[in-house]
Amino acid sequence: MSLATATPPVPTRPRSLGRGVQTSRRRLPRWAPWSILGSAILLSLAVLTLADATSVPSVLALAAVVYAGGITVTALVVEGPRWAKDRLATTVVIGAFLVALIPLVSLLWIVVARGLRLFSWDFLTTDMVGVFGSMTTGGVQHAIVGTLLITAAAAVISVPIGLLTAIYLVEYGRGPLARAITFLVDVMTGIPSIVAGLFAFALFTLFFGPAYRAGIMGAVALSLLMTPVVIRSVEEMLRLVPNELREASLALGVPKWLTILKVVLRTAVAGIVTGIMLAVARVIGETAPLLIAVGMMTKTNTNLFEGRMATLPVFAYNEYSKGGVGIDRAWAAALTLIVIVMLLNLIARFVSSKFAPKAAR
Amino acid sequence: MSKRIDVTDLNVYYGDFLAVEGVTMAIEPRQVTALIGPSGCGKSTFLRTLNRMHEVIPGARVSGKALMDGVDLYGAGVDPVAVRRQVGMVFQRPNPFPTMSIADNVLAGVKLNNRRISKSDAASVVEQSLRGANLWNEVKDRLDRPGSSLSGGQQQRLCIARAIAVQPEVLLMDEPCSALDPISTLAIEDLINELKEQFTIVIVTHNMQQAARVSDRTAFFNIAGTGKPGKLIEIDDTGTIFSTPSVPATEDYISGRSG
Ligand SMILES: Nc1ncnc2c1ncn2[C@@H]1O[C@H](COP(=O)(O)OP(=O)(O)O)[C@@H](O)[C@H]1O
Ligand SMILES: [Mg+2]
Repeated sequence: MSLATATPPVPTRPRSLGRGVQTSRRRLPRWAPWSILGSAILLSLAVLTLADATSVPSVLALAAVVYAGGITVTALVVEGPRWAKDRLATTVVIGAFLVALIPLVSLLWIVVARGLRLFSWDFLTTDMVGVFGSMTTGGVQHAIVGTLLITAAAAVISVPIGLLTAIYLVEYGRGPLARAITFLVDVMTGIPSIVAGLFAFALFTLFFGPAYRAGIMGAVALSLLMTPVVIRSVEEMLRLVPNELREASLALGVPKWLTILKVVLRTAVAGIVTGIMLAVARVIGETAPLLIAVGMMTKTNTNLFEGRMATLPVFAYNEYSKGGVGIDRAWAAALTLIVIVMLLNLIARFVSSKFAPKAAR
Repeated sequence: MSKRIDVTDLNVYYGDFLAVEGVTMAIEPRQVTALIGPSGCGKSTFLRTLNRMHEVIPGARVSGKALMDGVDLYGAGVDPVAVRRQVGMVFQRPNPFPTMSIADNVLAGVKLNNRRISKSDAASVVEQSLRGANLWNEVKDRLDRPGSSLSGGQQQRLCIARAIAVQPEVLLMDEPCSALDPISTLAIEDLINELKEQFTIVIVTHNMQQAARVSDRTAFFNIAGTGKPGKLIEIDDTGTIFSTPSVPATEDYISGRSG
C-alpha cells in the first residue's frame, strides 16, 4: 500500500523496463477508497431506508459488501486486474480485523460501563459484613484478598511442577515415559474445570471430612487446570532455545544442570514468564471449582488452610444471582478482575523485557 | 598448556549406524592438524569424540581409545565435563550467548560454572582472552554491549576468546570460517597461527587453501558411499599431503577430481 500512496494520482503512461515489465500505470488517487466508502454507506442507508430495515449493523454490513464490490470493480477498470486483487484482499483483511475487534471492544465497553456504576475506592476496600437487602454499600476487599491468595497458592503448586516437567520433557525425556507424559498433559488440558473442583473436594474430604472448606482446596483445583498450561507453554519456550547455545555451554565444561539453569532457562525466561502469566490469567477467573471447594464468605479470611474464602468470580456469580443492586456489584467485581489481570500482565511484560535477550542494536 | 592425543581404532556409532570406522592417528601438541574430506565422511563426528561432545547426541557412542597425554578420555573414572574443560571447541556458526555482554561471554566458562572470580582477575581474563583472539582493540570500548551486536567474524573471534578463556590444552574447530566473509576468514587464520604456540589445534575445513595455509599436519577422511562408514585414509605433514600423497584418492580429492 505504501507504493500505492507514493504514486502520484496523475495518470502516467506505462513505462517499461528493458524486459518489457510494466513498472507503473494509472493508479487510483488516495481519496478514491474513502469516497467509495462514503458512497457505499450512503447507498446502503438509502436502500435500507426504502426497505424500512435501517439499523447500525445492517447498514454497516451492506456498506461493507458494496464497498468491497465497488473498490474492486473501480480498481479493475482503472488499475488493472493485479491491483484489483490487491484492493480486494486488503479490504477483506481489514474487514476481518474489524469484525474480530467487535466482540473484544464491546465486551470491554460493557464491563467498564456497567462496572463503573459501583466501582470506587470504597468498593475495593470494604467487605460485605453487615450488608443486607438493597443496601448499596459493601465491596470486594475480601474477594480480592481471596482471589489473590488462592491464585498465588495455585501458582506456587503449578509453576515448579510445570517447569520441572517441561525441563524433563525437553532436556531429558526420551522414549515411552516422555510420550506418556506428553499424552497425559494433553488429556489434562481438556479437563473441565468443574471436574477439577469435584476432584479437589473429594480429595480433601478423604482426609478432613465433608465439612472441611479451605482456600487450599480451591488452589489445588486451580493448579490441576494450570499445570498443563504451564507445562505446554514452558515446553514450547525451551524448544525455541537454539541447540547451539546448549552445545556452546557444554563445550566450555559446564555440567548439564548448570547449562539448563544458566543458559537454557536464562535465555527462555522472558517467554516463560509470559507463559506463566497466561496460565494465571486462565485460572484467575475460574468460578465452578471455587464455588464447590471454597464457597463464599462475607469477610476477609487470610488463612488458606481454614474456612471459606471469598473470590471475585464466585462473588460476581453470587451477587448476580441475588439480583437488584447485586447485579451492579457483579459487574464491578468483573471489572476489578479484569483490572487485576491487566496489572499482572503489565508486571509480566515488564519482567520479560528486563530479561529478554539484548537485541543486536 | 598443550597436550597430545593418540587415537587408536576409534569407531563412532549413532545408534546402530557406524559413522566413523577404525581411526588411528596422533595429534601432536602445539601443531595444527587439519581434517579434510568430502561432506558426510565423519569429520565433525570424529572431532566431537575428542572432547566427548558426541555424548550430547542421544544414541551416539564410541569404541576404541583416545589417550590425552596417556590418560584415556573414555576411561571409567573420567568425567566428560572435565574433558571438555581441557579440550575446548569452536563451532561452525558463531554462537555467543545472547543474554550476555561481550565481557560476560568471555567469562562464560567461569560464570556458568558458578566459580567466584575477583573483579580485577575477571578484567584481566577478559583482556587477555580478547587479545589472544585479536579482538581486544575492536571491542575494548564496548565490553558491556551484547555479544550479538558484533559482526559475524567478530562473533566467531569472541567464541574463540570464550574457548581460550578457560585455558584448555586443546582447541577443536569445526569449520570455523565457513559462515564468514574472506576478510574475517583471514583474521581467523592469522589467529590460528598465533594460537598454535600455546594450544594443540584440530580444525575441520572444506577449504583446501585454508588447510594448506594454517595446518602442519593434514588428515584426509573419505567415505565409500552413503550409509558406509567414514574412514581415515591417511595423515601426514601438510606439505606431503598436498604434494605427494601416498594414496591416489587423496590426490583426487585435493585436486578436485572427487568429493
Ligand atoms: N546427530 C546425528 N545423528 C545421526 N547421524 C548423524 C548425526 N550427525 C551426523 N550423522 C551421520 O554421520 C555421518 C557423518 O556426519 P558428519 O560427521 O557430520 O560429516 P562431516 O562433518 O564430515 O560432513 C553422516 O552420514 C551423517 O548422516
Ligand atoms: Mg561437519
